[in-house]
Amino acid sequence: MKVKVLCRNPDDYVRETTRDIQRVPRNYDPTLHPFEVPREYTRALNATKLERVFAKPFVASLDGHRDGVNCIAKHSKSLSTVLSGACDGEVKLWNLSKRECLRSVQAHEGFVRGICSRFCGSSFFTVGDDKTIKQWKMGPPGYGLKEEPLNTILGKAVFTGIDHHQSEGTFATCGQTVDIWDELRSSPIRSFSWGVDSFSCVRYNPVETELLASCASDRSIILYDMRESTPLKKVIMKLKSNTLCWNPMEAYYFTCSSEDYNLYTYDMRCLDSPVRVHMDHVSAVLDVDYSPTGKEFVSASFDKTIRIFPKDGGHSREVYHTKRMQHVICVKWSADNKYILSGSDEMNIRLWKANASEKLGVLTAREKAALHYNQKLRDKFQHHPQVRRIARHRHLPRGIFRQKRELKEIKEAQTRKEQNVRKHSKPGSVPLVTEREKHVVTVVE
Amino acid sequence: SLFFSPSRSKSSVEAAPAVMAAEDNDEELSSLEDENVISASEDEEGSEDERKHTKLLEAISSLGGRRRMKQTERSEASLQVSEFSVAADGAGEKVELSDLLGTMEKTPGAPNKTKKQLKNLQNRKDTLELPLSKQETEKVFIIIIIYVPTKPNNLSFQVILPLFREDEKRGEKLARTPLEQEIFSLLHSNSQPIHDPVLTPVEEASIKAMSLEEAKIRRAELQKARALQSYYEAKARRESKIKSKLYHRVQKKAKRRDFLKQFEEMVKTDPDAALEELKRMELSRMQERMTLKHQNSGKWAKAKAIMAKYDHSARKAMQEQLEINKDLTQKLAVPSEDEDEEKNGDEEAGALPDFVNDPEPILDPVNPWMRGKLSKEEPEPEVEASTEARDEDLEVQQQQEEEEEEENEEEKLLREFERKRKLREDEDDDLVPVSAEDGSKITDNNDEDKDDKVDEDDKDEEEEEEEEEEAEEVVSEFNSLFNRLMKSNTTPAVPDQNEGEELLDEGLVRVQTMEDLEALRKDRTNEANQEASVPATDTPTAPESASEPPNKKKRRRKEIDLKKVLTKQATVVKVPLAPTVLEEEEEEEVHTEQAAIIKEAFAGDDVISDFLKDKRKQEEAGRPKVVDLTLPGWGEWGGLGLKPSKNKRRKFRKKVAPPPPRQDKKLPAVIISEKRDASVAAHQVSQLPFPFQNPTQFESCVRTPIGQTWNTQTTVRKLTAPRVVTKMGAIIEPMSREDLVPKQKSNEAKRGAAILLEEKRERGKKKGSGGKRALQQKKKKMQKQKKTKE
Repeated sequence: MKVKVLCRNPDDYVRETTRDIQRVPRNYDPTLHPFEVPREYTRALNATKLERVFAKPFVASLDGHRDGVNCIAKHSKSLSTVLSGACDGEVKLWNLSKRECLRSVQAHEGFVRGICSRFCGSSFFTVGDDKTIKQWKMGPPGYGLKEEPLNTILGKAVFTGIDHHQSEGTFATCGQTVDIWDELRSSPIRSFSWGVDSFSCVRYNPVETELLASCASDRSIILYDMRESTPLKKVIMKLKSNTLCWNPMEAYYFTCSSEDYNLYTYDMRCLDSPVRVHMDHVSAVLDVDYSPTGKEFVSASFDKTIRIFPKDGGHSREVYHTKRMQHVICVKWSADNKYILSGSDEMNIRLWKANASEKLGVLTAREKAALHYNQKLRDKFQHHPQVRRIARHRHLPRGIFRQKRELKEIKEAQTRKEQNVRKHSKPGSVPLVTEREKHVVTVVE
Repeated sequence: SLFFSPSRSKSSVEAAPAVMAAEDNDEELSSLEDENVISASEDEEGSEDERKHTKLLEAISSLGGRRRMKQTERSEASLQVSEFSVAADGAGEKVELSDLLGTMEKTPGAPNKTKKQLKNLQNRKDTLELPLSKQETEKVFIIIIIYVPTKPNNLSFQVILPLFREDEKRGEKLARTPLEQEIFSLLHSNSQPIHDPVLTPVEEASIKAMSLEEAKIRRAELQKARALQSYYEAKARRESKIKSKLYHRVQKKAKRRDFLKQFEEMVKTDPDAALEELKRMELSRMQERMTLKHQNSGKWAKAKAIMAKYDHSARKAMQEQLEINKDLTQKLAVPSEDEDEEKNGDEEAGALPDFVNDPEPILDPVNPWMRGKLSKEEPEPEVEASTEARDEDLEVQQQQEEEEEEENEEEKLLREFERKRKLREDEDDDLVPVSAEDGSKITDNNDEDKDDKVDEDDKDEEEEEEEEEEAEEVVSEFNSLFNRLMKSNTTPAVPDQNEGEELLDEGLVRVQTMEDLEALRKDRTNEANQEASVPATDTPTAPESASEPPNKKKRRRKEIDLKKVLTKQATVVKVPLAPTVLEEEEEEEVHTEQAAIIKEAFAGDDVISDFLKDKRKQEEAGRPKVVDLTLPGWGEWGGLGLKPSKNKRRKFRKKVAPPPPRQDKKLPAVIISEKRDASVAAHQVSQLPFPFQNPTQFESCVRTPIGQTWNTQTTVRKLTAPRVVTKMGAIIEPMSREDLVPKQKSNEAKRGAAILLEEKRERGKKKGSGGKRALQQKKKKMQKQKKTKE
């Protein structure tokens, strides 16, 4: 007698090892899964809410300085090491993972104006108000030895900033002039000056390593080529810019932080008008640093906040502030694109997450997948009013909020006035000037 | 100075001009040297003997075949030799190049190439450019090479939206929507400019053809013509107002005589024109035969017939009428009074362009608006009136019917207008301005009861005046309407820059829990509701308008009607237009211009009536329907042929409370949709977000699910791959030149896989070392972790 039985292939339902997840047969017939848009919308809304709920960007505060932190530098080879210089001339080395000070050096008398690490990470340079450039070893001095610089160069004038070449033994300082130094020489190999002005910042282009840019006190930004004896060109703006930073992924873009509360991204091939004006701060912007991916940058402002801007966005995507944080003087984005460091007036260095709601630590694959899915959902429904409202809600301290409102009113009044003037004057006599064109005075070559 | 060129060229070298200049210099120098050599050999012949000697030598050398340039010794040719220095003949003068070159032709030995070069040199007029200044030459030109990554930027990962298509940049794809395409095809077929130049080819040609003087002359001519026209118009009007019968009779007779004379002359001089005249007469005869004119069948004739028994003059008049008919219906008859009148009319019409009376061609291929037709059936007005009456009888109480009626009226008016135009077409020869009202009284028009006609004319004129006034009102109304429209267009046009951007919504509220977020949302929805309810609070104004008498409303609606505007437009006085076209085509051009004006006037026709209809329809749809809940047979006798009683029907008819007045009630030119549901609207996107170009794009983007419920694992992974992936604990170094060099494997990047920044870097360098580094980093990390554990 033949008995008919149901027969199934165990490969279809048995997992290979016990560590695999269970096999679930799925039917993707769309009729079985209706309402895909409303369901995804709900998911997106929930994802957005969770994102906001988990948005706790503040990680740690590094205290130990006895004066305002004036400058921060990243270690070029180690993620966990950070250097900071204070207004009392003290330089500290920090271990971020342990959140402790490794070493402190009384480097200068007066302010430490600038600090940078050598590309190999073995030593770092500091400049100070005492007109010296000092090179220090990264490691601690041997037992029983005093903290002494490897090298000291005595300059003629005060240096206000320093930056090291990406791969060669040269560095640049700025003060009354922009000087290019060879590490082995005690006098600059090149010295640029264009008119009598002092400089506040000099930065090497990280990609086109022979190029430099500096911010001068005559409201200009000057570009140099290290191989030339004269500066390339400069753009003069309405107000002075404090610092600038090159985009590490797109060599010809740089962003400068200006005294007029804005940041400007320029294309160095065409300085006639900035590519983008970034506004949101309510006070002078003191420092700016790009994320290593080149997609965003962070800015520190005198208004006691840090803001993160997308590189081509006119407004910030994020604002960080705490009650105790005073005027933020310097800011850096860590080289792994995860953290932001800010040094402020009240002697603390703060560590922030670059992505406020990011979960720190190792994620499982499924966690990762869920995060990615949520991110995509948020992107997909970002234009929907509810999602937008939740995703964009930020808390601001009352003072800044008021200032912001005031500024908005001022701006509105100005535009209204301009419109009225235009309306009541001969057509064409009051030209329409775009926001980008407004801030540039001239370009000199 | 040399710097990066913003274009995509990888590098550019601009030293070329300098090099060229240097080469030129060299050339010149060499040529000058040549000259010196030649002149040296040529010029200095001291004595006869020497010359002979050289000749001999030359002859010998030429015999030998190989030319030998002999350097002769230089000896002073000049007579005055100073003891201090050598002074040649023209020592003080400037040596011209031509002087030196003059000898060139004479030398047989010089190669042709050199000669050519020298000739070229001689012809050159321009001086060489100054050499660069010291500073500039000092400046070292260093070419900085930046490899600009090609379009699919290495860093722009996975942009999925099909937004920026390449071909959209091209001009060909300018027309995207069907409407645009239609417009483009229209423009194309009429050889109208599609791009920037505003002039048509014809206009351009005319501009080329006509000089300023010509234009001035032409303008003067036109002005004169216009003045004459207005003068004739005035005259004609004056004459038509004269009531004296005698005057008109005399006038007519004189005209007839004139016409006959002219006709006879015409037969002699211009037989073609005469033939045409005859043809026209024939046509009028045919028309006379076809119509019942002058056959004493009209109202007037009937009245006269009653009078004829006693009144001699009446009989006479009737007789004359019949005679006219006879005259007209006779073949090759002498042009009759009507004909005369036509002549008269022609004269007047000569002043006025006759196409004013032309019917507007309904199916105009050029004007797209005219393609839409009114409903075709043209029922008799009486019939319609009767149906109307019936309608009224049937649905007296119903408001809705009223509306419909209005619509009917509108349509009727439109149709009437059409008919009017047709009539005009038919009665081209009838001079008397025929309005639709006296269309039925056409038969009355004869010269005998001139006073009647005159009266009528007067009436007509009065009416016309009234109409004109009304039309003017309408026009002004129209203008204001338009202005309002424009304003409504312009006022919200102030673009908010921040709209598209991610402007943070910063406030004093700190949100920390899910409950807070919920509260946020509720706030938001409340706001939305408030927004929605804002128009509802407007109601106090609305009832006022509702309390206005309904006929007023109707009147306003009628005022917006285009038909009256159209009557105004049809009598448009010729507007002096700047002569833009060739003179020969003047008349045609004027014609077309007028036609264009009329077309323009009629162009709005369909659109506005359609709009009004549309609006009415929407209002209709929004109005709550009367629900009839009558059940036959309940509480009454039921059965075949029995209908529930009126009382019962009234009882069970449920009238729904009227909805709040529409938002667009007071805005005649606006339709505001009432479909928007506030509760749903709070979740809907109100504006098209930035990168999208049309709603369908956006919708399709939202419609595609990306979750696991709807997609397979791999698809989900692909769909949700983040734009930038970074590795934990790895330093992301700035872009290096090696990374920027476009690789052969750029296809990989195009495929859109997420790129690990770290991995890419390692690939850019040597694979082995990269792997080592990664390992080292891993080790480091491990060490760190160990340390932290410790």
